[in-house]
Amino acid sequence: MIANYGYEDGSGHYYIKIDTSKCAECKDKGCVEKCPEKLFVVELDDFDDEVVVIREDCRNTLRTNCALCKANGEKELCRQACKFDAVGFSW
Amino acid sequence: MAEIEKVDYWRWTESNWRNPEIADVTGCLLTAGVDIGSTSTQAVVLADGVPFVYSNMRTGNNSPDSAINAMNWALKDTGLKTEDIEYTIGTGYGRVNVPFSNKNVTEITCHARGANYIYGPTIRTILDMGGQDCKAIHCDEKGAVTSFMMNDKCAAGTGRGMEVIANLLAVRVEDIGELSFKVDEEPDPVSSTCVIFAKSEATKLMREGWTKEKVLAAYCHAMALRVVRLLERNGMEPDFAITGGIAKNMGVVKRIERIMNVKALEPTMDTQIAGAVGAALIAKDLVEKKRAKA
Repeated sequence: MIANYGYEDGSGHYYIKIDTSKCAECKDKGCVEKCPEKLFVVELDDFDDEVVVIREDCRNTLRTNCALCKANGEKELCRQACKFDAVGFSW
Repeated sequence: MAEIEKVDYWRWTESNWRNPEIADVTGCLLTAGVDIGSTSTQAVVLADGVPFVYSNMRTGNNSPDSAINAMNWALKDTGLKTEDIEYTIGTGYGRVNVPFSNKNVTEITCHARGANYIYGPTIRTILDMGGQDCKAIHCDEKGAVTSFMMNDKCAAGTGRGMEVIANLLAVRVEDIGELSFKVDEEPDPVSSTCVIFAKSEATKLMREGWTKEKVLAAYCHAMALRVVRLLERNGMEPDFAITGGIAKNMGVVKRIERIMNVKALEPTMDTQIAGAVGAALIAKDLVEKKRAKA
């Protein structure tokens, strides 16, 4: 399943995309530790697979949460840590 | 001085239903789904996987009470009690607050499963327009979610936005759809990014002499444009259907159809109960799986 967490407002659309079937295969979930904003948390999904989701209290503030990583101009730290290429950004 | 009657134009009609074709459920597997949304709560009971009773009412300020009230209303006059139901799944934003549930499942999963039941296995794209959020969901032929995208940051494109406009224009929320077509030509949409701005814009348009119908048309148009963007981002594949309260507002549904150049499937039951139906179906699957293992 492709889960898109985020929002759209007058300034644009800000979604983090997680491919949960790829994510469920990953054992170490490196994105959780690597993200300086601690946006990722591990949860059991509806099919009892361990997957990462974006913290509920951050889903409507992603533009500011991810600003530092984005400003670097390099691949975001969560994407660098994800060995399964399960994380993507809409902006 | 004459007393002025205060009318809450935003209040939609609550309902309950009993399947006239099922007289007795003795020996049937009873499963239930309770969907506590931000604005409405639904309870659905299935007898051997077939809808037996349901209720659809406004969510109060206490989610556990809303779940109990919805279930009690659904079971009214059936002789059944909540304890007679073998397995109950809670869903919706208040899913963890259903006091009698055996498990909770996200509303995304439940809506896809419920839409698959209500609209049939050809359904691939579901737009759930809820009270305070809007979700675009893609599913496969079994009703399993393949992708989803939601927006709950702003009330534009939600039932709450429609309620605000209903109160502002003193039009019953259930009449908005029909009235919005009583215009000579489709007006430009009002601000589609914020309900607050849309409300001030609607006030300004009324002051400029626009009719209520024209303002409603402009608002429904804006709401349709807003949710179409979400649909396009998540990917649109027919068959397509809309669930949630706004699915009953033809003013929005028809405009979405026109913009997307797609026809939404006709619902066979109340579009607001899709999540609860899905939850009750998942409950049935879980019971059957457990029985097969035993």
